[in-house]
Amino acid sequence: MEKNVTYIALFAALIAVLGLVPQISLASGVPITAQSLGVMLCGTVLGAKRGGLAVLLFVGLVALGLPLLSGGRGGLGVFAGPSVGFVIGFPIAAFIAGLVVEKTRAAIGIAAFGGALIGGVVVLYLFGITGMALILGKSWPAASLLVAAYIPGDLIKAVLAGFITQGLAKLRPEALLSRA
Amino acid sequence: MLTLTSPLETPLHRVAAGPKLIGLAVVSIGVFSLQNLWLILAVGGVVAGVYLAFGLGFARYGAKMLRPLWPFLAILGLWHGWTGEWALGLAIAGKMLVAVGLANLVTMTTRLDDMIGVIERAAAPLARLGVQPRVLAVAIALVIRFTPVLMDKAGQLGQAWRARSARRVNWRIVLPISLMALDDADRVAEAIRARGGL
Repeated sequence: MEKNVTYIALFAALIAVLGLVPQISLASGVPITAQSLGVMLCGTVLGAKRGGLAVLLFVGLVALGLPLLSGGRGGLGVFAGPSVGFVIGFPIAAFIAGLVVEKTRAAIGIAAFGGALIGGVVVLYLFGITGMALILGKSWPAASLLVAAYIPGDLIKAVLAGFITQGLAKLRPEALLSRA
Repeated sequence: MLTLTSPLETPLHRVAAGPKLIGLAVVSIGVFSLQNLWLILAVGGVVAGVYLAFGLGFARYGAKMLRPLWPFLAILGLWHGWTGEWALGLAIAGKMLVAVGLANLVTMTTRLDDMIGVIERAAAPLARLGVQPRVLAVAIALVIRFTPVLMDKAGQLGQAWRARSARRVNWRIVLPISLMALDDADRVAEAIRARGGL
């Protein structure tokens, strides 16, 4: 019980830290936020239920007024703005990512990549694009054009989520709750 | 940790959090169903007036909170400039600014403690389903406490990296940061159990 609560809370904090740490740059040297990588890791490491709850806790704290989203954003205004779909989709993305890792028998790195891809990219963008289409009064295809530029970065993050989950599985096999 | 609540005291700070949230929900639904451009602009004027009535410093802080919206305003400007539907673009942008501005107003005038109080009251009925509101409160407190702790440790890892390598800090640093989160979670769980558990 205590372990469940602290894992959920510490991974919610991890999402915040990955969004606020400025110095991470991807292979190309383009600095992009690692926040969605944190969301993917919640699912792939903690599993569907705990991972989803960790991200839900994070989103709840953003709603309460803590500036935890990348760029120091937060508060209720986030839920009225064009990015609302992504924020609401975060917990579901982690849940799906965790579900994929739990239900497949593939090696942990590959399963984590698959989960991050399906949950953290496909499902997350479905929510994100829908929210943007609603707030900006655009059609779904038009809204998807607006976010297309971010998709390659998130595909890279899904690969990284696979590597990092594999690394954690090697270093702390007992902490990998998604395969416990 | 810093919150987004405005340190400049306004009359809205004294209104209880619950009624403010219910009011925000009702007004936001109203705003999104508005169609008439002039009505939207008038409501926008009223919201801006409320911010200004609370002082110039408060209004400036409110404007800063709206800054992340500017790329979307630019997109709307380009889009509707190209299609020629200026009125429609203005209405969409106005509605978005009003809805976000109103929501920010509640965030800026409600202390974190009061917000957590609302959550605890709302979660109280869940106790019958086995979800203890106390557990939720502990989880919230842990995130608030450990975000700056993890942030510091991540910063130290970054410095250690730069001291040893000429290359820039890259994604590989996420693994040790995640590892620290896992180990901290284990230690905190042990500490809570040693003190009688949740």
